[in-house]
Amino acid sequence: MTSARVHSQGTPAEPVVPRRIRVVVVGNPNAGKSTIFNRLTGLSQKVANYPGVTVEKKTGHRKIRELDMEFIDLPGTYSLAAHSPDEMVAVDLLLGHAEGEPPPDLVLQVVDASNLERNLYLLSQVLDLGVPVVVALNMIDIAQARGISIDAEKISSALGASVVPVEGHRGLGFSQLEAVLHDVAARTRVSGFGGPASGPRSLKLHDELHEKVEVLTREVSPLFERAEGRKLHSFEVLRAVIDRGGHAEGRIVKALGQPWLEHFEAVRRAVAGPMELPALEAKVRYGWVRERLVGCVTRTAVRRTTPSERIDRLLTHKVLGFVVFGGVMLLVFQSIFAWAKPLMEGLDGLFQALGAVVEASMSEGALRSLLVDGVIAGVGMIVVFLPQILILFLFIGLLEDCGYMARAAFLMDRIMQKCGLSGKSFIPMLSGFACAVPGIIATRVIEDRRDRLATILVTPLMSCSARLPVYAIFIGTFIPDRSIFVGMGLQGLTLFALYVLGIVTAVMVAWLLRRTLLKGAKAPFVMELPSYKVPALRGVMYRLYERAVAFLLRAGTTILAMAVVVWALAYFPHRGEIAVRHTLERDRVAREVPEGEARLAALAAVSQSEAGDFLRESFFGQAGRAVEPFFRPLGWDWKISMAVLASFPAREVVISTLGIIYNLGQDVDERSNALRDSLKSAVRETDDPVAPGVPVYDVPVALSILVFFALCCQCGATVATIKRESNSWRWAIFAFSYMTALAYVASLILYQVGSRL
Amino acid sequence: MVTLKDLQPGDHARVLRCRGTGAIFQRLCEMGFVAGAPVRLVRFAPLGDPLEVELTDYHLSLRKSEAGMIEVERDIRSGP
Repeated sequence: MTSARVHSQGTPAEPVVPRRIRVVVVGNPNAGKSTIFNRLTGLSQKVANYPGVTVEKKTGHRKIRELDMEFIDLPGTYSLAAHSPDEMVAVDLLLGHAEGEPPPDLVLQVVDASNLERNLYLLSQVLDLGVPVVVALNMIDIAQARGISIDAEKISSALGASVVPVEGHRGLGFSQLEAVLHDVAARTRVSGFGGPASGPRSLKLHDELHEKVEVLTREVSPLFERAEGRKLHSFEVLRAVIDRGGHAEGRIVKALGQPWLEHFEAVRRAVAGPMELPALEAKVRYGWVRERLVGCVTRTAVRRTTPSERIDRLLTHKVLGFVVFGGVMLLVFQSIFAWAKPLMEGLDGLFQALGAVVEASMSEGALRSLLVDGVIAGVGMIVVFLPQILILFLFIGLLEDCGYMARAAFLMDRIMQKCGLSGKSFIPMLSGFACAVPGIIATRVIEDRRDRLATILVTPLMSCSARLPVYAIFIGTFIPDRSIFVGMGLQGLTLFALYVLGIVTAVMVAWLLRRTLLKGAKAPFVMELPSYKVPALRGVMYRLYERAVAFLLRAGTTILAMAVVVWALAYFPHRGEIAVRHTLERDRVAREVPEGEARLAALAAVSQSEAGDFLRESFFGQAGRAVEPFFRPLGWDWKISMAVLASFPAREVVISTLGIIYNLGQDVDERSNALRDSLKSAVRETDDPVAPGVPVYDVPVALSILVFFALCCQCGATVATIKRESNSWRWAIFAFSYMTALAYVASLILYQVGSRL
Repeated sequence: MVTLKDLQPGDHARVLRCRGTGAIFQRLCEMGFVAGAPVRLVRFAPLGDPLEVELTDYHLSLRKSEAGMIEVERDIRSGP
């Protein structure tokens, strides 16, 4: 394959005006790629998702003199050998195969100067693609501090790519970097580079291997084109041969059939001899890198203990390591639990005030109810999560940036391995105790797709802060306040048991998932432990801002739609006769009750009764009656069934719904004594099939409700976030279904056993 | 045959070769566990697994099961 240009330069839609120069930014994790991307693009960034994968697509642009450049940030990677669809995004983008993405004109690779060899390994693969490459030699100051000095000019000519030293976090070297980007881009434009081609720059790994790959490419590419509508690049065929079980191989086999598996295997056998191909590739590439670096890099001979190593002696110490870790986790946990609270209450108050203003300025009717109870209350329900998300991500951002996150995973890996996960799952799951939404977003630190999905799917089982009010009211009302052990009350024990139930279930589900649906080889835990550094506040703030916008925009739209649907179910059919009856009742009160406190109280009671009647008659109320037989084995009557149905979008809603059902009005909370009294005195209706006239709630019923709430996925925001983070409705629906089923079965067993004791 | 997981904290060694197949094996190769690379075992995690090594210019952690795939030769300057 010599002159093969895989992509035609023009597409029909290409505009006449000079199009943007596309610059793909690649680099190892921890090389400072994001810092440089942020410096270059500033606030012009946009975040989207690539179809079908969980990788984020981050783009931004900048005008460098007359050239309009679009930068595309790829997730950090050590190699272009892709073993998952997520990793393949980088290869596809570089080759111009990604859907709707023209091939890049230029690659900007960010390289950590203090760790050149491993960073240049990736460069040697990128150079194979034939796209012009500019190298930003980052962290040059750290390299110098370690006694490594690098001659940028010499290294440029040795590598055959322009190398520019920069200090990303201090913003040094950027005018030079921009000048080089401009020149290379301008030259590319003149020479008419139209996409990657395997040029003479490709590094020869092994003569026979390349011959075979070329023959194979000629053979397979036309077949692939017939099946998939595009040609194959020889680099893809090379990857298919080297990466046994990798994504490039999988894609070709999927398109052309199983026999190709054997073809690739035959090439491997013919070429490799005693050495496995990945080892051969690593040996040749690292050899090439070392050869290039001779004469460009000088080191002071003495190896000094770095400050990082001294810090690690404490932070990964057998005892003190866990003490510090516990302290840090406590701080994070406390902050999302307690510090966020005033902010959340403030936001909640703001939305309530807004609702009140709208309520006062409009006349009664469906539209007002839609705005106040549907839109404002629904959006408010989501926006109150924002403080928790921001605080958690401030911590995660700081911990990640300074390098502690990797140490936390290092400490916890042994424990997490037991349930089939890795140390990286610990912090997302811990965050789930405050709120599953930020916890699920935090799983982005987990590179392995299966591990990440398993973590996403079990994080909602952690008892989040929204469950607490529900726990509080049912435990406080129905579990006897008895001391059973020194200082340990039965109520506290029940609360503790609910938390433990969530954790134990999460561990079991994760274990099961990794052996069934998410079965696959254990992900490598080969994880870099980067040197500690002072966190770059700028970058952390950027990420916070991004998270906030993405959360509000995307989870918000889904939630808003759900909120409106739920509102409609609880509002309609809204029969006029109920309103008429209560208007008559109000008139009667006005006539018969003397003006003053008593009349106001009587009028309030009428309004509450009206709200209760509307709700009971609504579609939700009807649904509650309809599903009551289904929930009967759990010991529930139709009122509980309905309140639970209404709380699927947000579990804490159960309290205000119960408040309306028992005619207490909407403004009850878990401290409400009126609600507790109503719950205690509630008796089953005379047509109740179980035991008419008997109190609705006893200890088994209360426990059955508690366990249901502990395990069920009653949170629209969580479902929407799972959909967004897994980029598929399938997993969101799966999480919802398995948790609901689990909750039902657990409550059923508990009630059936409990009520017979 | 000595593998990386058989070293003591503080031991210096050189990589002889990496054995195995699959994604983990490939990742180890890519990360720089190639013949001749200098490596030092820094410590075991407090619970005994994973372990931290310094490879050429950087620190990384890997599990014992992964370290067992890497054959090494102890440097004379570190003890037996």
